[in-house]
Amino acid sequence: MERGRNLYTTDDTDQNLIKATELRLGLPGTDEQLDRPSRGCKRMMEATSEENDPTVETTSNEYRYQESPPSAKAQVVGWPPIRSYRKNNFQSRWSETKEAAAGAPGIYVKVSMDGAPYLRKIDINVYQSYEKLREALEDMFKCFSLGYSPGAGSGGRSNYAVAYEDKEGDWMLAGDVPWRMFISSCKRLRIMRGSEAKGLSSNS
Amino acid sequence: MEGYRRRGRDEMKGGGGAYYRAQIGETWVDSADQRSDVQVFRRPDWEMDCRPTTVVPSGEELRGNRGGRSRTAAGGVAHEEVFIWNCVGPPSVLKPLIPPPMKEVSEMPAGGEGDGGKGLQCFPDPGGTAPQMPFFDHILENVLENVLCFLTSRRDRNAASLVCKSWYRAEAQTRIELFIGNCYAVSPSRAVGRFRRVRSLVLKGKPRFADFNLVPLEWGARLTPWLTAMAPAYPCLEQICLKRMTVADDDLFLLACSFPRFRDLSLICCDGFTTAGLAIIAENCRYGIHLSIQGISDRFTTAGLYQFESWFSSTRNLRSLDLIENDVEDDEDEAVDWVSMFPPGNTCLESLVFDCVACPVNFEALASLVARSPFLRRLRVNEHISAGHLCQLMARAPQITDLGTGSFAASGDADDAETALESAFHASKSLSCLSGFRGIAAEYLHIIRPVCAHLTSLNFSYALISPQQLSPVITCCPNLETLWVLDSVGDDGLQMVAASCRKLKKLTVFPLEATEDSEGSVSDVGLIAISAGCRKLRSILYFCQRMTNNAVVTMSQNCQELVVFRLCIMGRHRPDHLTGEPMDEGFGAIVKNCKNLTRLAVSGLLTDVAFAYIGKYGKLLRTLSVAFAGNTDLSLRYLLQGCPRLQKLEIRDCPFGDAGLLSGIDHYYNMRFLWMSSCRLSLNGCEEVARALPRMVVEVIKDMPGIENDSVHKLYMYRSLVGPRNDAPTFVNIL
Repeated sequence: MERGRNLYTTDDTDQNLIKATELRLGLPGTDEQLDRPSRGCKRMMEATSEENDPTVETTSNEYRYQESPPSAKAQVVGWPPIRSYRKNNFQSRWSETKEAAAGAPGIYVKVSMDGAPYLRKIDINVYQSYEKLREALEDMFKCFSLGYSPGAGSGGRSNYAVAYEDKEGDWMLAGDVPWRMFISSCKRLRIMRGSEAKGLSSNS
Repeated sequence: MEGYRRRGRDEMKGGGGAYYRAQIGETWVDSADQRSDVQVFRRPDWEMDCRPTTVVPSGEELRGNRGGRSRTAAGGVAHEEVFIWNCVGPPSVLKPLIPPPMKEVSEMPAGGEGDGGKGLQCFPDPGGTAPQMPFFDHILENVLENVLCFLTSRRDRNAASLVCKSWYRAEAQTRIELFIGNCYAVSPSRAVGRFRRVRSLVLKGKPRFADFNLVPLEWGARLTPWLTAMAPAYPCLEQICLKRMTVADDDLFLLACSFPRFRDLSLICCDGFTTAGLAIIAENCRYGIHLSIQGISDRFTTAGLYQFESWFSSTRNLRSLDLIENDVEDDEDEAVDWVSMFPPGNTCLESLVFDCVACPVNFEALASLVARSPFLRRLRVNEHISAGHLCQLMARAPQITDLGTGSFAASGDADDAETALESAFHASKSLSCLSGFRGIAAEYLHIIRPVCAHLTSLNFSYALISPQQLSPVITCCPNLETLWVLDSVGDDGLQMVAASCRKLKKLTVFPLEATEDSEGSVSDVGLIAISAGCRKLRSILYFCQRMTNNAVVTMSQNCQELVVFRLCIMGRHRPDHLTGEPMDEGFGAIVKNCKNLTRLAVSGLLTDVAFAYIGKYGKLLRTLSVAFAGNTDLSLRYLLQGCPRLQKLEIRDCPFGDAGLLSGIDHYYNMRFLWMSSCRLSLNGCEEVARALPRMVVEVIKDMPGIENDSVHKLYMYRSLVGPRNDAPTFVNIL
């Protein structure tokens, strides 16, 4: 059956086309290098198998969070299937051998939120700034109401704060140090209520 | 028997002191001193040599504690008694901690070790307790047990237990290795109730996709309920191997306190514990007074009963502590110096693996431990051990056969480390397995050459090695059977491997850059080379970015002994990079030609055709991992209806929906589990499965906010004898 074979060749000339149609998954806030319209809900496969289901929607909500076009660096959760233990092990070596920004493997840290029933592990290396990280965390923990309302804008965000535990074990408010320094020293993240965070900032 | 009894009596009199009768299977505690728990148990080969089984500490003192066993002779009454007594100090009041075993007739022998194990309860009791079964059936069961204890394969045992009730009982009494592939498939109490004499336990928890962050961290698989159930029931437990379980430090404490014979601990991909827990395990050997006593009693004849002191120093200690790819969560300043907690004096340690422990360890303590562990054959250290330290360890343990080399890099004085390492490796006669190399610099590679000729296993998967750097080393390894490398060795490196390692059975090629759009340094060329050179290959895990059907077909033809074939083309939906075709034909050839294949992982652009092949030819397939593949529900149907041995099916991001899910209803009870995430399942479909299969536990995991209620993001489904678990977190909905 016709598969639109030309979409799958790997000539350099078609590389952009592949990248344009290739589905990127990732948490919001990933940096974009290509300016593309949002195509979060389509897979490359489905583009060619119209006879099956032209209006493909995936149930994965990892797709749904892409408000903006994903970057070439955006990673699907858990793909390729390498244990984070192994990925983390190369982190220090990577910064020596290659530009850390260009495709370094992930730095996985645990994120906990007061009142949330579970922890998440996220790769903070995919975010390029505190803003993006914050957006991602908001989306991830949206269902646990912290008094954050999406329409509130900056006012809503003051209800919670992101704190991190650094290598020395101290808890600090995220946002003070430069981003690069932050991701190299961050061991754990915690989302806390604004009232607690005030205490933190006054101590530090 | 008579002779023994008389001897026992005389010795008891000689020892003096009061004595108490205890029943086999009871646990007694010295009420004056709550520390000294006593387990009263019977050795399985009691019948053969009639040694005394139990000894009791008299509070603090060890001397003069003895045990004996007698059987009342008249009428062959079945109950066995053990005399325990206290020769030093005032007699303590011993009270039973666990009620003695019941003697009623039942389907399975009730109670502890004492009353049914070998069918002794079947003797008619003139006292009036009902006979269990006719005399001759008792003989049969006794014989059966003696025969079945030679059966080691658990599948054979499962088959034997289905023959009849008598075989079922006999098998249950003789199974000493218990394997539980899904900790939620059976309840701890049920497992403990059936198998009474377990000495070795393997327990697996979370689904494998938990390794890739697809299962939230609080999902479950806690060890605590298992330990709580096993502690009173398995006094003979020696080995525990846990995979993907959540093990808390408290669990390790309970483990250390509960099992007097405990020797081997293996934790693989577990989480929840810290170095404090490790310290408890290490330290356990030092203070286990009652533990040592259990060990002593095994070695004793009646004549040697008095010689406690000489045995105390050679008490059985921990034999192996293997921590493999666990998440040991410690903050650096909270880390405990667990290596120092091993007891002084010679240990029985044979294997110590801690390369996954992130915190530095106390090197002096480690060196001292290694020096006083004459039986140590496997030592895998973490990356904080430098090359200089490594030489010292090697010098102290020349008998080591399996060495994890830590960083294999100098810290500080580079020259000394290099020469010292060289001489250490020159001197080594016994090394057959090398791993580690976490920080290795290329100029150190040649150091291992002296041992290469005898190496059977080499793990370079943390070492950034180019083909040129690999070449001088790999050409010296003709006996290699297991090899792990990074794809930095390239296709050229793999060609060298193929040329040199003709006996290779297992190959793993990990990507240095584990992202979808990485360059990828190995390709179909490397795969073809390997297949041409390593004809005996049994297992391969290969990460790449470019692959062709031709290469996979070639491998299927050259390496027909393949049992495990896992190919991960990291870019999703990538077709054959030369022809542009889907990878169907390649994987089809694998399942068709490799007749022994039991495990398969597919990737790349795949249509329903691939799954049709798998369903048609994969008759021995047990484990299948599918990601970003398939067109329609037909794929799932081909699999579920075509592969009769399929046990573990894990699927992610495939366009399979309810129709596919429902097509496997006839098969799911034969499987250990099904995982489907980011597919097209709906709640209706999953509920239908749950209705049709009452013994399936159908878990819908909803850990991303904002998912519509009707669609199912993650489905984890498994057969279970106990129904829905009661420790499910809030984000798990059991249908």
